[in-house]
Amino acid sequence: MNEERIDLRGQREYSDRAFAKITAGAAGLVLLILGLIAFTMTRRALPVFGEMGTKFFTSTRWSPPDDLFGALPFIWGTAFTAAIAILIAVPISLGVALFMTQVARPGLARPLIYLMDLLAGVPSVVFGLWGVLVLSQFFDLGRSFLTAGIILAIMIIPIITSLAREVIDTTPPGDKEGALAMGTTRWEMITETVLPHSAGGLVGAVMLGLGRAMGETIAAALVIGSALGQITLRALAPGNSMPAVIANEWGEAQDLHKSALIALAVTLFAITIMVNLVATGIVQRSMKRGQGT
Amino acid sequence: MSAANFTAEIVAPPDLTAKRSWRSVKSAIMTGLMIASVVAVALPLVAVVWAIFSRGMAVAFHGFPHFFVDEIPVIARKAGPGMGPAILGTLLATGAATLIAVPLGVAGAVYLHEYGVKNRFSRLVRFMSNVMTGVPSIVMGLFIYVTWTLRFGYSAFGGALALACLMLPVVIGATEQMLKLVPNHLREASYAVGTSKSRTILSVVLPAAMPGIISGSLLAVARAAGETAPLLFATGAATEYNPNLFVEANTALSLQIFGNATSSFAAAQDRAWGAALTLVLLTFVITLVARFVTARFARRR
Repeated sequence: MNEERIDLRGQREYSDRAFAKITAGAAGLVLLILGLIAFTMTRRALPVFGEMGTKFFTSTRWSPPDDLFGALPFIWGTAFTAAIAILIAVPISLGVALFMTQVARPGLARPLIYLMDLLAGVPSVVFGLWGVLVLSQFFDLGRSFLTAGIILAIMIIPIITSLAREVIDTTPPGDKEGALAMGTTRWEMITETVLPHSAGGLVGAVMLGLGRAMGETIAAALVIGSALGQITLRALAPGNSMPAVIANEWGEAQDLHKSALIALAVTLFAITIMVNLVATGIVQRSMKRGQGT
Repeated sequence: MSAANFTAEIVAPPDLTAKRSWRSVKSAIMTGLMIASVVAVALPLVAVVWAIFSRGMAVAFHGFPHFFVDEIPVIARKAGPGMGPAILGTLLATGAATLIAVPLGVAGAVYLHEYGVKNRFSRLVRFMSNVMTGVPSIVMGLFIYVTWTLRFGYSAFGGALALACLMLPVVIGATEQMLKLVPNHLREASYAVGTSKSRTILSVVLPAAMPGIISGSLLAVARAAGETAPLLFATGAATEYNPNLFVEANTALSLQIFGNATSSFAAAQDRAWGAALTLVLLTFVITLVARFVTARFARRR
């Protein structure tokens, strides 16, 4: 009797431990993949870094036939389009998030959430198709930094809005009611209690949107215009960005050119990981603080 | 002196009504701007959906079901149907990616929530998993190209691997949220009758969370089905049916849209719109199923 029990426990502990190990392995896969991305891609990018050195980041000349790979115009294009996207998306996202949480009744907020889900569900390539065949022609925008920025803005609005909504929802109702009880208007209540309380989280939400805008590939590749060597502030000029160059040039790329494109991807990976690390940290901290109060 | 001031303030109270009107006008203006931003979001969505349906319907449903079954014309300027191989390719790559990412993601989430709730490893994994959702999809595509395609060549499976990498953190996040909703008394009841922890998870916790996990995973699947960049480097290009998951280049709806969108031939652009409609309908069906499962789950609780 006693023996059987011990035997049973032994078996149980063995299978339990094995199960825990398997699930831990699956969880560790996240770290493994991220590590492998960094390692394997950097290795493939080494030839071009060896050839160009730091000029890869500072030279403006990108000429695959001459084995010259200066990525600065594409880094500029990525930053410029992402900045346009953020300028358009942030006020709109904030407006929608405030409308959903402070103005609309639950009966109206619900369909708005569906609307946002729908917008988030439209594939990137479909936005690109619409951008290149409708938006760029209809409004005489052409294929340019601005067109890419607008398309990117439409694509990051859902993520910024949903994060902003979550952050804003952590404002203690007591603060808001207190402000209203003192006779403030709705807008004053928002600027005095909601926005100060959620400022940190909102910054994080915007940064996550920024990360998405920088990494978004296919839509940008279709509408940005694929012009080489453009470092300009003219929003209507055709340009290029890091992900767009990779997608558009991959088909005809050979040895060192391929290595250069992979180096662009490594650069993009490093930048977006950095932005996301900081943003995720900020968002998680502000959520925790919100729950604590 | 100060007493005089004090009484003066009391004697002349601020003109509440006058001030109030300006303040409430300001508040109303800001509310108006919020409504305007809702409209600003709805407009492009309506415009995109309208464009897809108005331009895609005629192409996709002309001579039904030719568009959905015929092969893709090799010569781009040739008018006429054919997205059959692309539909099959999308289903193959997305299906295989689901089979890889969902079990692994669920297992990972089980570890995070049932075993290592607060330990350092799981805190790190949870954080990095959040970060991983922000890794650009094109980076995943190139990663699979470097590690898989260079060795084994183009195939739908390579695309599936890249999609699985994208889905993994999403599935982990969604599953962990669902595991949080499983009430602790279910676990305690199971332990009380002498069930081991692994058995409790497999036959009590996971079944209780299953509908939520399914709907969360389906949303990830719908997203993956529309992805282009990860497939660009691993799937290759084909115009014929390729039912073999592991061998030879394949194609996908998203790849066809990308390839045809910048074409100067009207016939190719038409096919892009038709493919876009097909893709949107496909993701819409998956999302609807997810909503349906969530709704049933909500009613049961």
